Amino acid sequence: MYKISKENLNALYAAIAGGNDLFLPVKNAGQTNFGLWTESADVDIDTLKTVKSAKDIFFPQSESLYQVRRQDGKLEIQGEALREKPFVVFGIRGCDVKGMEVLDKVFLSDPVDGYYAARRQMGTIVSLACGRPETSCFCKVFGVDCAEPAGDVVTWLVGDTLYWEAKTKKGEALTEKLGNLLEKADTADVEKEKEKIHAIVERLPYSNLSLEKWGAAAADQNFDSPLWEQLYSPCLACGTCTFVCPTCQCYDIKDYTTSSGVQRYRCWDSCMYSDFTMMAHGNNRTSQMQRFRQRFMHKLAYFPANNNGMFSCVGCGRCVDKCPSHLNIVKVIKAFEKEGQ
Amino acid sequence: MQELIVRAKELLEKGEVARVLGWKKGEQEYDAEPAFFETAESLDNFVYNGFCGANLSKYMIEAGKKEGKTLVFLKPCDSYSYNQLLREHRVDREKAYIIGVGCKGKLAISKIPFDGILKVSGAQYPDAQEILTVETLYGTETIPYKDAMLERCHVCKGKDHVVYDELLGESADTVDADRFAEVERIEKMSPEEKFAYFQSELSKCIRCNACRNVCPACSCRKCVFDSTAFDSEQKANTTSFEEKMFHIIRAFHVAGRCTDCGECSRVCPQGIPLHLFNRKFIKDINALYGEYQAGSDLECPAPLTSFTTTDAEPGVGRG
Repeated sequence: MYKISKENLNALYAAIAGGNDLFLPVKNAGQTNFGLWTESADVDIDTLKTVKSAKDIFFPQSESLYQVRRQDGKLEIQGEALREKPFVVFGIRGCDVKGMEVLDKVFLSDPVDGYYAARRQMGTIVSLACGRPETSCFCKVFGVDCAEPAGDVVTWLVGDTLYWEAKTKKGEALTEKLGNLLEKADTADVEKEKEKIHAIVERLPYSNLSLEKWGAAAADQNFDSPLWEQLYSPCLACGTCTFVCPTCQCYDIKDYTTSSGVQRYRCWDSCMYSDFTMMAHGNNRTSQMQRFRQRFMHKLAYFPANNNGMFSCVGCGRCVDKCPSHLNIVKVIKAFEKEGQ
Repeated sequence: MQELIVRAKELLEKGEVARVLGWKKGEQEYDAEPAFFETAESLDNFVYNGFCGANLSKYMIEAGKKEGKTLVFLKPCDSYSYNQLLREHRVDREKAYIIGVGCKGKLAISKIPFDGILKVSGAQYPDAQEILTVETLYGTETIPYKDAMLERCHVCKGKDHVVYDELLGESADTVDADRFAEVERIEKMSPEEKFAYFQSELSKCIRCNACRNVCPACSCRKCVFDSTAFDSEQKANTTSFEEKMFHIIRAFHVAGRCTDCGECSRVCPQGIPLHLFNRKFIKDINALYGEYQAGSDLECPAPLTSFTTTDAEPGVGRG
């Protein structure tokens, strides 16, 4: 294990950014989101949760897939280049790293998504343990240990010191590159920090949610529950929950007419939207209740049914914090938990 | 709060209303959600406290399509939104029983700057305290009620309801700021500074559409930005479009109809002060056509849809 003092972090960022792009939590106009590091960036690793997760570094909110140009009576198709430049994501929390595992299941299964796969290959993940978990956090429910997140490198911020431990070959390579910026450290402080974090996690109000009613079998059991009709009614049909979510992965693909041809984009979509999965015959979900149900059934029933029981919620709690109507997955899980009693 | 529940149960049991639209207890006291109550028993989960900021007037569009009357609780500022919807023929007054409920300023949990908030005491209606006590995972803190209030309450339109069937509860005077101060500050910026300011704010936008969907003035059955028929949807265009078009177009569309209820800014997950666009229009309308408050009454000619030969024509003569 290594360490570096907090006041030297800028030197660390600069060293990482040499030859790599470095993405990390940056404050802009009062809000912290992942952004590209520059010398003038207002880096903010103290805010526990970025508004959006780090998802869009690997799966951008909008990306061009290819362009079609008309030239001399012929069509020329030009694909977007796959990511070739290495990059580092620093300060990603345990829930969001787990979120990457969920995305991997979707994008790295056959047929592999080349754009995503290239970014995963080029990216090195430096995670950061959560010193001060929030009330809305419930990652423990989904098997995440926020005191010891996964990642190529794991870091802990204890007081004014950042502790650093490489976990994979990629992580070791990055550590080597940083040379003497990092100094050797013993693990005592980090062990104490982990204990402290675990004690806080036990006190979080949603740490012990029961998932007993969920999993593959819930696909049939919960679909027709009358609870959905009660749960959905204040839903505004906005896409806040899906866009701040580290695991929501649905997208739309659209063509745009440019002056000389066509550009094909893909962009995040939301099952909350009325045109989601719109096809020539219309939409297979015609009411907001059905759309609302889809989101939670996908995370808690359909995804586990297709992925050996793995849920596609990681308990980051962003939807809990951000829903304009204060609806969220915690309320859904609890409503079903109470139903059987 | 108890008097609201008692009255709602009474109206429901007498059959005068078929349902009640109010706020339901959440998991915490600060996450109450808008809810329809169909039975007297279900009203045991009714809550009304400082965190019931959600404006229920827009839900009355859907409620109007259901059988029977809906009892709705409207705060003074919400009643302006309802009145405006009434004027636009989007709600059916015959199918609403409106209880104008008192308001002492509404709070936003996001304005309470402590980590790990477990419990907030002092937000109870009608006994709201001047100081909120906040129990957190990391100790007990205090914050003045006013510091945790939504922006709109600092520039409150007043304690009076503009439409109601009966009134319940007292309201408090919460005004301690000038409604147009921030607009004036931005007006004084150079064009470059203005552009930088708005770009910095709007680049945070994730096009979740929460501002549009919560907005009582955005009540089109099908929004042009949801149209799949042509390119107006602009779903993929995530940066330049939001920064330069989406919010501006929306502000233009609600100009003269926006009551300044502030819901857009309350719900924005990225904390963009969206109300400032609307307020700039309101300020200009006041200056050009005389003081006007959308939703204040049903008769007064609307400034942007009524023409007189003496109208100011701000667009003319600029070359």
